Amino acid sequence: MIELQHLEKRYTNPQTGAEFYAVKDLSLSFPSGEITALLGPSGCGKTTTLRMINRLIEPTGGHILIDGQDTRRERPEQLRRRIGYVIQQIGLFPHLTVAQNVATVPDLLGQPKAQTQQRVLELLELVGLEPGRFAQRRPAELSGGQQQRVGVARALAADPPVLLMDEPFGALDPLARDMVQDAFLEIQRRLKKTIVMVTHDIDEALRMADRIALMNAGALAQFGTPDDLVRRPASDFVRQFLGEDARLRQLAGLKAADLMQPGDATGLPQIDGRLNARSALSIMLRERAGAVAVLGEDGQVKGVLSWQALEQAG
Amino acid sequence: MTTLVARSRRSLGRVLPALLWPALLLAGVVPGLLPRLLAPLAGGEVPDTGSTPLWQLALVHLGFVLSAEAAVVLLGVPLAVAVTRPGREALMRLAEALTGLGQTVPTLAILALAVPTLGLGVKPTMLGLVLYALVPVVSNGVAGLLAVDPALKDAAEGMGMTGRQRLWRVELPLSLPVLLAGLRISTVYNVGTATIGAALGAGGLGLLIINGLSQQNTALVMVGAILSALLALSLDAVLGLFTPPE
Ligand SMILES: Nc1ncnc2c1ncn2[C@@H]1O[C@H](COP(=O)(O)OP(=O)(O)OP(=O)(O)O)[C@@H](O)[C@H]1O
Ligand SMILES: [Mg+2]
Repeated sequence: MIELQHLEKRYTNPQTGAEFYAVKDLSLSFPSGEITALLGPSGCGKTTTLRMINRLIEPTGGHILIDGQDTRRERPEQLRRRIGYVIQQIGLFPHLTVAQNVATVPDLLGQPKAQTQQRVLELLELVGLEPGRFAQRRPAELSGGQQQRVGVARALAADPPVLLMDEPFGALDPLARDMVQDAFLEIQRRLKKTIVMVTHDIDEALRMADRIALMNAGALAQFGTPDDLVRRPASDFVRQFLGEDARLRQLAGLKAADLMQPGDATGLPQIDGRLNARSALSIMLRERAGAVAVLGEDGQVKGVLSWQALEQAG
Repeated sequence: MTTLVARSRRSLGRVLPALLWPALLLAGVVPGLLPRLLAPLAGGEVPDTGSTPLWQLALVHLGFVLSAEAAVVLLGVPLAVAVTRPGREALMRLAEALTGLGQTVPTLAILALAVPTLGLGVKPTMLGLVLYALVPVVSNGVAGLLAVDPALKDAAEGMGMTGRQRLWRVELPLSLPVLLAGLRISTVYNVGTATIGAALGAGGLGLLIINGLSQQNTALVMVGAILSALLALSLDAVLGLFTPPE
């Protein structure tokens, strides 16, 4: 668990000499094994908050505890080697191979070469890159999506319990982003890391995060599950930021196959289980139906998705 | 560095042409060959290149250039690194101004100023060569280090590299091509500059040129000029092998 206690970062405006808060009195706990999204408008202090966790930025006030230990009790380099770090620009080293990139932190930690080599192959496999094809390539020979998969593999290399990600999928085109996000959620289901993910993309936060910390002007506007923010916004700011179609955007992040229930599917319109719940809703509205039959990948009916299930989904 | 060498070794197509100039240089220092070829310029009389064999003059000349470059690497690279560390912007502007100034001061002036304090011979020659060669190496080194993508430095720092590790593992390897280009330029220039050293009694291929001038023997001047040119082209070609293609 990562705890922020009255965290604060003040900067001086070089022109006017006036002080301002990039982050102000922020207290917040990121639960272990969950993805927490730091969401908010541009300039609200998301990146500053994230970078204070691995001490790329030193706070001007407050404390950060990881599993109860104050992060200031350790050398910053030591701390960072225990924390995975993924950035929007990906930042793979162009002069090194994919395998060498992934091996960066294990090498810094002085882990045995043979063990690291084995680990690199496992990780490439994990992020969906065939080691035989990709390990010896240079980053420039990969697509953006493949590069960010390597970026994720590199962050996971030393098996850190915590992963910090700053708009990790922001540079990818929508199709590649969907695929890498899916692959990432699949990995997280297995690894259960404590993840803090900065994003300004509401859809991404609703889809990926177990919890969302919505920030505004350096302070916390609301902290809760996606469902909390969508159904129980704490303020007008939260409501306005998420927008009136927030519930639809939330549904867009859910899969029909995950929401279906057993039931009688005779006579119902049929949909592909890989469709998202918002598409399912659209089909229900179009077909004037209160429920749809959900098909598996083999084309067989697997269950029924009803209006009530959509209402309750979250 | 090793990967660059390995990659350039892979293509014989690059290595063979680069060997052309060194081969011609070797032919040029074969005793008697070049003077005899150039004899027509001196009315058919074979120019007297003196008691020191040509290959020895060329070696002395090469020695000047290489030891000056070695000193330049030892001085220039740490200097470029030092002024590009974060928080030293003022120092960097100063270094840029100084290297800019260095480029405009003629070599002859540096040598003329050095002689009264250092005397004649090798010392003032080396000083001139080092000062002159420092300019492209420092300015290219700074340019190369500044050109490293900030996102890479951020990634390196975020993964827990120390400042030293970032320098050796990320910044220097990535700026190496630009740095090598600077080294190549300064090496080639210094083959020419080193001929002036002969005027200070330091020896080298410049000796042939100076003797030729004083004897009004064009053939002798040409022997010295051709050999220096071949030496410059050889060094350029060999250093070019270390610069990645494209
Ligand atoms: N080094 C700095 N010096 C002065 N002000 C800074 C510095 N870094 C950030 N700021 C300011 O602090 C505020 C928060 O910046 P931060 O980068 O955390 O925003 P963000 O929420 O990540 O925004 P974005 O979505 O645009 O990335 C901004 O107003 C920014 O201009
Ligand atoms: Mg940001």
